[in-house]
Amino acid sequence: MYSQKVMEHFKNPRNMGEIPDADGVGTVGNPICGDMMQIFIKVKDNRLEDVKFKTFGCGAAIATSSMITELAKGKTIDEALKITRADVADALEGLPPIKMHCSNLAADGLRAAIEDYLKKKEASK
Amino acid sequence: MRRICMDYQAGAPTDPRVLEAMMPYFTETFGNPSSPHQFGQETKTAVDHARSQVAELIGAKKAGDVIFTSGGTESNNLAIRGVAHRNREKGDHVITTKIEHMSVINTCKSLQKEGFKVTFIPVDKYGIIDLERLKSEINERTILVSVMYANGEIGTIELIREIGSICHDKKIYFHVDAVAAAGKIPIDVERENINLLSISSNDMYGPKGVGALYIREGTGIVPVVFGGGQEKGLRSGSENIPGIVGMGKAAEIAKNEMFSESRRMVELRDRLINNIIRDIPHSYLNGHPTERLPNNVNIRFSYIEGESLILSLDMEGVAVSSGSACTSKTLEPSHVLLAIGLAHEEAHGSLLFSLGRQTSKEDVDYVSGILPNIVKRLRAMSPLTPKEELG
Repeated sequence: MYSQKVMEHFKNPRNMGEIPDADGVGTVGNPICGDMMQIFIKVKDNRLEDVKFKTFGCGAAIATSSMITELAKGKTIDEALKITRADVADALEGLPPIKMHCSNLAADGLRAAIEDYLKKKEASK
Repeated sequence: MRRICMDYQAGAPTDPRVLEAMMPYFTETFGNPSSPHQFGQETKTAVDHARSQVAELIGAKKAGDVIFTSGGTESNNLAIRGVAHRNREKGDHVITTKIEHMSVINTCKSLQKEGFKVTFIPVDKYGIIDLERLKSEINERTILVSVMYANGEIGTIELIREIGSICHDKKIYFHVDAVAAAGKIPIDVERENINLLSISSNDMYGPKGVGALYIREGTGIVPVVFGGGQEKGLRSGSENIPGIVGMGKAAEIAKNEMFSESRRMVELRDRLINNIIRDIPHSYLNGHPTERLPNNVNIRFSYIEGESLILSLDMEGVAVSSGSACTSKTLEPSHVLLAIGLAHEEAHGSLLFSLGRQTSKEDVDYVSGILPNIVKRLRAMSPLTPKEELG
């Protein structure tokens, strides 16, 4: 059902946890639907210095969360905003078709975290 | 790695004694029971014998009231569509419940599209149907009541005898889906006033792809499969002889061993439930604590999702199933868990452990031993887990 890459990330998720003093937090999904994730980012000199996640959901939801933290870490804000759902699925060597829509939320979660960061930055000006 | 199946509900092995009984019917005894010659008559005798074995399991007086099908789904389709279509002049109203198997629910929905009215009766928090509600829903247009004997997902056993007597008094046909119950708990179609009863072979350690429908003599029913008129014209198509022989043998074994096996199973079931609830905070039993199939354990774990539990257990060699949307083709959580009043997120976090003939006490202890750390790991990952729970 899942690729080896998905299972590997499910077994050993990267960057799991919270960033207590995060610069931006994005929450997407809904426990009612079965998938909900939070992405935390720490930004330094316009780069994502740290990215962490917490996820309630299926194997695909956990693996995509883990993968987005790897893809986004070290990237500039602009580069990170370009990461798409398809990029995450590709990096995981594909997802089952039924999971492409519902559980592939990580790119949205990252975008929400960046938007949260930009909004806070704007407000503090 | 140790491999433990606690998902017998999804698929069971064929009992070796059943397989042995089936073997000659693949190669040596292969005639068509409709043929008058010896080759045919040998298989006819075998099918008749299997019919008696199934009839005995369910307390049917006449073996001839049992017909063979391709499984529980077909039996349910035939019972409901067959009775509804045959009795349309009498009425157009069918009553069933919200926790039936999809082969009942979707058959009833197909009748709705054809103009029938279907009432889906709610259940209480244990999954037991409301008898007063049932009585109040019956009207002069009601032709059929269909209620499962026991629910395969949460294990709850329904008040079948009471429902049977209500239907008997009102002269309404009573169909029972006994796929999850047959072979595990005693069934008596006579005493329970059942007109039609569906069972499946694999659910009692017979081969897959075979089932049966008990149809009490005199029940008004028409076929859904048309052809050469086998099985009293109700299920055309050349008989699946090895499968039917296997189902008969499986029914015989289930009947003979039911008492001892269900005692053993109840002990394992309660041990697993107690171990899990004792060792894992915020874990709760779904379904009825005592009015429950001997092999069924269904538990929900707060803050986490079922599919990730399944994958985690699978990594340790343990197979279970879940009511989570993520494990269904429709992306909806189990309709049964929603019907007993669980919130969506509670249904997502539920696991079904269905025990079987090969389950041992060691298996139970192994599974309840590895589960706390699995739950802990997923809860640590979940944004829903309250901080104070993480410790």
